[in-house]
Amino acid sequence: MSLLSVENLSVAFGAKRVVDGVSFTLDRGETLALVGESGSGKSLTALSLLQLLPRGGINPTGKIQLDGQDMIGAAPELLHKARGGLAGMVFQEPMTSLNPLHRIGHQVAEAVTLHRTLSADASRDRVIAALNEAGFPDAERRLDAFPHQLSGGQRQRVMIAMALANDPALLIADEPTTALDVTIQSRILSLLERLKSERGLAMLLITHDLRIVRRFADRVCVMKDGVIVESGAVQTVFAAPAHPYTRMLLDAVPGGRPDDLAPDAKLLLEIDHARVHFPVRRGLLRRVVSVVRAVDDVSLTVREGETVGLVGESGSGKTTLALAALRLEPVLGRIIFMGRDLSVLSGRDMRRMRARMQIVFQDPFGSLSPRMTVGDIVGEGLAVHEPGRDQTRRVIAALEEVGLTADQMGRYPHEFSGGQRQRIAIARAIVLNPALIVLDEPTSALDMSVQAQIIDLLRDLRVRHNLAYLFISHDLKVVRALAHRVVVLRGGKIVEEGPADAIFTAPREDYTKSLMEAAFDLDRVTTPLSL
Amino acid sequence: MKLAPVTKRRLAIFRGNRRGFFAFWIFLVLFGASLFAELFANDRPLLIRYDHAWYVPVLVDYSGDQFGDDFLPTDADYTDPSLIDAIGAKGWMIWPPLRYRYDTTVRDLPVPSPAPPSFKNPLGTDDQARDVLARVIYGFRLSVLFGFVLTGLTSIVGVIAGALQGFYGGLTDLLFQRFIEVWSGMPELYLLIILGSLITPGFWVLLIFLLLFRWMNLTGVVRAEFLRGRNLEYVRAAKALGVSDIVVMWRHILPNAMVATLTYVPFLLSGSVTLLSTLDFLGFGMPPGSPSLGELVAQAKSNLQAPWLGITAFCVLGGVLTLLIFIGEAVRDAFDPRRFSGP
Repeated sequence: MSLLSVENLSVAFGAKRVVDGVSFTLDRGETLALVGESGSGKSLTALSLLQLLPRGGINPTGKIQLDGQDMIGAAPELLHKARGGLAGMVFQEPMTSLNPLHRIGHQVAEAVTLHRTLSADASRDRVIAALNEAGFPDAERRLDAFPHQLSGGQRQRVMIAMALANDPALLIADEPTTALDVTIQSRILSLLERLKSERGLAMLLITHDLRIVRRFADRVCVMKDGVIVESGAVQTVFAAPAHPYTRMLLDAVPGGRPDDLAPDAKLLLEIDHARVHFPVRRGLLRRVVSVVRAVDDVSLTVREGETVGLVGESGSGKTTLALAALRLEPVLGRIIFMGRDLSVLSGRDMRRMRARMQIVFQDPFGSLSPRMTVGDIVGEGLAVHEPGRDQTRRVIAALEEVGLTADQMGRYPHEFSGGQRQRIAIARAIVLNPALIVLDEPTSALDMSVQAQIIDLLRDLRVRHNLAYLFISHDLKVVRALAHRVVVLRGGKIVEEGPADAIFTAPREDYTKSLMEAAFDLDRVTTPLSL
Repeated sequence: MKLAPVTKRRLAIFRGNRRGFFAFWIFLVLFGASLFAELFANDRPLLIRYDHAWYVPVLVDYSGDQFGDDFLPTDADYTDPSLIDAIGAKGWMIWPPLRYRYDTTVRDLPVPSPAPPSFKNPLGTDDQARDVLARVIYGFRLSVLFGFVLTGLTSIVGVIAGALQGFYGGLTDLLFQRFIEVWSGMPELYLLIILGSLITPGFWVLLIFLLLFRWMNLTGVVRAEFLRGRNLEYVRAAKALGVSDIVVMWRHILPNAMVATLTYVPFLLSGSVTLLSTLDFLGFGMPPGSPSLGELVAQAKSNLQAPWLGITAFCVLGGVLTLLIFIGEAVRDAFDPRRFSGP
């Protein structure tokens, strides 16, 4: 008999069914991947297994058998035992899934002692063993660390240690690496695979990333709108996808190359020895004890119509540099935009200049005010810089240019999908006819298929308006599809810089090489245990 | 008017809270009625028909000699039995249901004041022979109006102060915070006593004085919201568009802060109502003779043999505060984003 069997499972909020008749089974030692775009119901399916649905969600039909026991309608005691004991869970967001107020040793110990009574010493040993097993470096001495003192990868290892502390038979991993940098992603996934084979774990892997599925899963279920549209062994499904949706997912890889740049393009933005330093203050007198050099002596140029890709892992200073270039962050050094030194401009002149330099943020949910209509959001800049003059017409023109329609002007952001919201954010940026747009990870919060569309749109807009992009991303595939030139940042410094083709075909620096490997060739990554 | 979906949802949750919703309507009706207290409790008739002419004493002052030569050319005293007889002889008049204002002395009491409840004085009279029901109606109006104005003004000042602190942060925030700490250490009551020995504080003096010390209530909440809000991406996006600071604060951050603020306001309101009553009870509030719930409590304390004073004061103050708290709870729930409407 299978360890986990799900039959005809549904999840409903009120009358709305968001998961509809899902069935699958999972055996020990097997990895099943649930794949789908956001909103396909894959996370709700996983939460149903341990009856952890958010408030208002119910399972109207279905049967979930975990190790021979029915989970739907199970007694609270049984559920307590199953949660963490029989099945462990690892969530997507390592920032928020650990309690920021407790030391990590304490949090792992809590997971250990919930299911058995142990003396303090025994529990401590068990915690250290669990952390070591999860590849957490130097576990014995870092039990007293708080989550904010750890990197994203380390936090995810703590989560894995907690999930596996009680030797569960099933591990549910809900997008375990989505929030992590590429190089760390592959290490975490290899760790999960090693643990799985050592312990004979069954693993339910929820992801939107098909590369991960291809590399780590045995079987795959493709979900769309709450229904499993296709399932089977990974090789068969990937080799011969039967359902059009699966085929669409497999094809939706951002591709293409940027169009050629005019060779005589003028210099638009020049960043000259920019430094952004954040002082670290300690003690009663708030004395500066050290300085975080978020951007450390970076020089960079962008020509008209050129796309410069800023690449680096999180914490490399790429967003800070971009904000500094727009003078949204205090910066030392000269920033020359369209021939004028921004650092000496007055508040009013700077505000006028902002019409020519725009920004599109990563999170399409956070960057649009939830209380304004789309028309107001897009028109806000016009109202500041060019009030009166046929504002509505220009807003409509901008919306149509990004693929939205005029009748959507009166609606609110929450009525749109992530991709549509990102289009609104782009419309807001282009409505003022800027010369430069900073794109801060504009695609990383989006589904694969939507990413490709947004990239096509950006490429199209660049040609039509001769826009220059400063394109920030950790996703090298996207960068390759857009950038003329690539700048690799690490720790606030430029590691490598050059034409995109040169960087992608023949990276000189080791750091760049490791980034490339992690991004384009998940299988080939060597997996050292420490971070 | 097209309501934003979030507003609709909040209204639905507010309506879904039966207790708060009913409290809201009861309060609204009581307060609305008390605004027209002169039509319910007054020592002047609503309407007089005298000698083929109409008189509206509630709205217009008439002199006594208009109703016959026996009366003096001063303001007509409609409680005078001979004037009542004189008008009755040549016409008629309509009285409000209760024939007393808050400052009318009841003349024909059969017992020494405070008189117990009777048909003419449903809640009895106080120790100065004034009708308690009339005083309660006017006192309720005054307390609630005072509470509304004080809450409104303190909220506006508090929100502006909190917004400036949170939005600019840094040194502005630091200095402002220290100032608030010093300012909130001022002994409010002593200052009020000193003020009371210099001038007789009226409605507006008292209001401005309390405003000086009460505006800090909301600054903390609003400051926190603005500190958080100034780093939101859509606020950054607006700054990147070149929108001015004031517009960014008003259009992008303030709506977020208003959720926390509106949740607080009903509780501030009930606090302000209690505050005025407290000051009146201690004798530092409105000038003597004003209709006041606090003064009624003070009378009840000194006239324990007249329990109708204490019971009335308790029921009215308790009732008002209960209604406001119920409304406040419903408002708070309505603004809680984690709450679902319906079952």
